[in-house]
Amino acid sequence: MRDLYGRFGPWLSTVFLSLVFIWLAGMVLAPNLMMIDYALRPNLPPAAIGGPDDGYSLNNILYLAGEATHRAIFLKTIWASALVALVTFLVCYPIAFWMAQRATTGQLSVALLLIIIPFFINEVLRTLAWFIILAYRGPLNAVLTNLGLIDAPIRWQGDGGVLAAMVYAYILFMLLPIYNAIESLEKAQIEAARDLGASPWRIHTRVVIPHAKAGIATGFVFTFMLAAGSYVAPALLGSPGSRWFTEIIYNWFFEGGDWNRGAAYALVLLVLCLAVVLITLRIARVNLADVAK
Amino acid sequence: MSVADRIFRGLFVLYLAAFALYLFAPLIIMGAAAFNESRFPTVIPWQGTTTDWFGAMWADRAMWQSLWTSVLVALCVVVVVVPVGTAAALVLTSLHARARSFAYAVMVSPLLTPGVVIGISTLILWRQLGVGGGVFLIVLAQSTFIICYVMLMVMARLQRFDRTQEEAALGLGASRGMVFRRVTLPFLKPALLASGGLAVLQSIENYNTTLFVRGFETPLTVFIATKVRTGLTPAVNALALVIIVATVLGAIAYEIARRRQAARPRG
Repeated sequence: MRDLYGRFGPWLSTVFLSLVFIWLAGMVLAPNLMMIDYALRPNLPPAAIGGPDDGYSLNNILYLAGEATHRAIFLKTIWASALVALVTFLVCYPIAFWMAQRATTGQLSVALLLIIIPFFINEVLRTLAWFIILAYRGPLNAVLTNLGLIDAPIRWQGDGGVLAAMVYAYILFMLLPIYNAIESLEKAQIEAARDLGASPWRIHTRVVIPHAKAGIATGFVFTFMLAAGSYVAPALLGSPGSRWFTEIIYNWFFEGGDWNRGAAYALVLLVLCLAVVLITLRIARVNLADVAK
Repeated sequence: MSVADRIFRGLFVLYLAAFALYLFAPLIIMGAAAFNESRFPTVIPWQGTTTDWFGAMWADRAMWQSLWTSVLVALCVVVVVVPVGTAAALVLTSLHARARSFAYAVMVSPLLTPGVVIGISTLILWRQLGVGGGVFLIVLAQSTFIICYVMLMVMARLQRFDRTQEEAALGLGASRGMVFRRVTLPFLKPALLASGGLAVLQSIENYNTTLFVRGFETPLTVFIATKVRTGLTPAVNALALVIIVATVLGAIAYEIARRRQAARPRG
């Protein structure tokens, strides 16, 4: 702090500190505290607020545990988001390895450009693209029927469609951290392992993946968090049988009219994501500072 | 090269091709459907080539209204996030190790918070203060996490900054304000421009956060998502194609500018 004053003088330092304070206190901390406050209070008509019924309790959160449908959707969102992260990892790993260790400089810059372009396009449009492809009378069903792979069109909308579109949407968040991590691995280490007789499988599981652990953990954390918090893919590509936790939250706010329960559900989602982030980083022994790069 | 190696290599090339197809087929099909006469956007069956859908999109007043909302929000977001993000980066780099890692964790936390939660918490706080959803809250909610991106980009630039320049200017009699204006700020300029561009992109493409604080406003992403549910025509594809072409051109221009900047010895 003294360093800041010494560097920019009292006037500028005060401006900087106030801006940061307004951001952290007014835009990050205060909204979250108010959300917690809402989550712990019952939903009352305006006249009863502050009255005898108003008080803190865990009822809104316990409601989620007691409501069978909501609980099932919550649990499904967790494992489905983990599945999205896993599939994204499996899709990305070979590409990341190739880019970091095998590709020539020319191939690499083309590959990076090709991978980044789709991600400049917004998530709603990317989901719309999948909506069109997966339509019942859409191109995918037409191609598969013409090739004779399926007899009748398949209804892709639902879990399958949501998975395809989410993996598609989050590839970059998985690919770049893994690529960065593998890139710093010396080629000589891979060659040494091979000369010592390691199979390709062992080279990856014992040399490359341990080295790229931090990158893989980062990719997992981001993909999981984005998937669990996603609204657009399940809303456009889901079916009534594949509802997502964010849709339930949305309904509490704009259809159910119970903001307190909505806040409690949002709080549960937040705690879940933070827990996954912290546990994953602890397991992989990654510092938070390395994640946000 | 052994036979097994060749087979493996062939399979990998196939995988690369499949990956490229996965990345681009959706975008190409979506773009192509804008030229199909069919009322529902698709490419099979092809019912004749037309550019009418672009006209239909152009004539859609609701679309222009939502585009205007998005642009207005994006401009306000830039005005908020660039100064605050820069201030955050300068404050953070002036802290000592222990305090710094704690402050850092706090300052990147909005990036690890799901977008819907940011929207919800902002909405709740401001309802308590009597302010409902609308442009003001959209700007505020989006800025909460876009500030982090600006901060990270400015910090990356600051790492290459030689602090002795500031000291030299001070030694030559410049005031601290002048040092900031004439030495630090010009050095940061490329990062400020880049982060401003990124902020515009992030703001326009945001959906999750915006959805909760939009009130009665309909920004572009909400407009498109609503169309999918209420009646999708290829006019939406025409709009998508225009946005895609614009973003790709913007990305290329940005990349060229960045490379020029990097080629310069001390840009």
